[in-house]
Amino acid sequence: MIQIPTNTALLRQILVAFVRNEVRKTGLARVVVGLSGGVDSALSAMLAAEALGPENVLGVLMPYKSSNPDSQAHAERVVQKSGIKSLLVEITAQIDDYFMRFPDADARRRGNKMARERMTILYDQSMSWNALVLGTSNKTELLLGYGTLYGDMASAINPLGDLYKTQVWALSEAIGVPQEIVVKEPSADLWSGQTDEGELGFTYREVDKLLYLMVDQRYTKAELAAAGFPERFIDDIAARIMNSQFKRRLPVIAKVSQRTIDRDFRYSRDWGK
Amino acid sequence: MSIRIAIGQVNPRLGDLQANLALYEERIGHAAADKAQLLLFPELSLTGYMLRDTVPAVALKLDSPEIKHLMALSRDLAFVAGLVEESPDHRFFNSAVYFEDGAVRHVHRKVYLPTYGMFDEQRYFARGDRVRAFDSKFGRMALLICEDLWHPSTIYLAALDGALAVLCPSASPLRGIVDQQIQDDNARYWEMLNRVYAETYSLFMVYGNRCGFEDGVGFWGGSEIVDPFGMRLAKARYYEEDFIAVDTGFEAVRRKRTMSPLLRDEDLDLTINELMRIRERPEFGIVQEFKASKVQGRKKAPKK
Repeated sequence: MIQIPTNTALLRQILVAFVRNEVRKTGLARVVVGLSGGVDSALSAMLAAEALGPENVLGVLMPYKSSNPDSQAHAERVVQKSGIKSLLVEITAQIDDYFMRFPDADARRRGNKMARERMTILYDQSMSWNALVLGTSNKTELLLGYGTLYGDMASAINPLGDLYKTQVWALSEAIGVPQEIVVKEPSADLWSGQTDEGELGFTYREVDKLLYLMVDQRYTKAELAAAGFPERFIDDIAARIMNSQFKRRLPVIAKVSQRTIDRDFRYSRDWGK
Repeated sequence: MSIRIAIGQVNPRLGDLQANLALYEERIGHAAADKAQLLLFPELSLTGYMLRDTVPAVALKLDSPEIKHLMALSRDLAFVAGLVEESPDHRFFNSAVYFEDGAVRHVHRKVYLPTYGMFDEQRYFARGDRVRAFDSKFGRMALLICEDLWHPSTIYLAALDGALAVLCPSASPLRGIVDQQIQDDNARYWEMLNRVYAETYSLFMVYGNRCGFEDGVGFWGGSEIVDPFGMRLAKARYYEEDFIAVDTGFEAVRRKRTMSPLLRDEDLDLTINELMRIRERPEFGIVQEFKASKVQGRKKAPKK
């Protein structure tokens, strides 16, 4: 039985310390976070509230007209429970205005545009409020490339980026994310009826077990097959990881000088902090 | 002889020498007020750990004003600084410097530089080329830095060279979540090592780790002092700043070695002979001469 470790007490201690340290060392005291009503942003927001104090966390709700109404209600539950500040910014007008010019745009284009619109709002609000943008992308979606580049993937610091979805659920439960949010089916809510697991073709719990062995434990294909995973599943996931690597790197820069950014010009984000 | 040993489990500012010098001065003052006689600071605590291309910018030559300032501070108490040392020929070392009574008494340059997984030390630092015990006013000791201790050979050498205590400055990152452990798995491994080494080599393990985060990498703290019986005399908090101190003495080493004379019975000649034999094995690097037989008609060389 493959068990992904979920030591919630230890994770909570580390991630709270992480948010506190990585925010305050920049000279700032606050974060803004997009609250989708989903479990990831709820967890991120609640970790931040514990780390910085709820008065220093701003949850931004950014619904589109076709968003599931439950999403907004759930986001408001998180605000209520955690005591963080909140702001509602509807994105319908600006999205629809743009696509009036490009009416043939498919659901994928519209979904990405919404994700990036939300990113721009968060960054603008963070500037207005002297805060950092707090990320919510978990390790499962980052590895599979299931996120919008420069959209929901954009943030200053991300406490969830090394947690598998399975661990997000466990920690969310432990920290007190409202139960209805923890148990509901994950969805990017970018079009009606969309669900993560429907789109991906497998469940998070299944793929997390595979990813944990494949990535963390560096199992070979043969070892994974021996562990009981179907070969097609292994190949599919391996391909998704490889093909989405572009989403996890800075843009490709042509090297012409003796010292190129991010290749032989190497500094930490915390340089001087 | 009683000695009060302390560990300053600090969170340095990455790449900011001046800020960290001030931190050192404050902690030394605190330790002196606490009547500590020997204070251990963590690995690279004068500079921060994830230095990358800033290594040259924070490097100190041993005749620099900053080192002279640290020498002056050691009149209050002896301490170990973790810093980037620049040699006269401009190589950079991950070094631990022991200051005592106004002078530099010993320098250890980290021998084993982790360069795998998340680590990249050998890109920036030159390797140290020796492991030596040294005489302090408290007794004979050795300095080993972090990864050095993941190679049992180094503590073996230190013990055989007469060290009664090993001071280990460390910048050990937290990693590995395991159910039902209060600490991460890397911390657990270190704690096991410290205890095994203390008992097996019958000496004091003084392990000083840092805390804080750099680019999302957290350091697990958990500094500790373990006596030759494997007893943990002092333990710092995990993941947070702390200061620990304990009164102890080397008498415990004498008692342990009297009961358990493993070091006395260690056969150095056997070890040396076997290592020499192993080194001569083909797989270990004596390159076999390649006898080519590419020209037609020439006989192939006989197989060894």
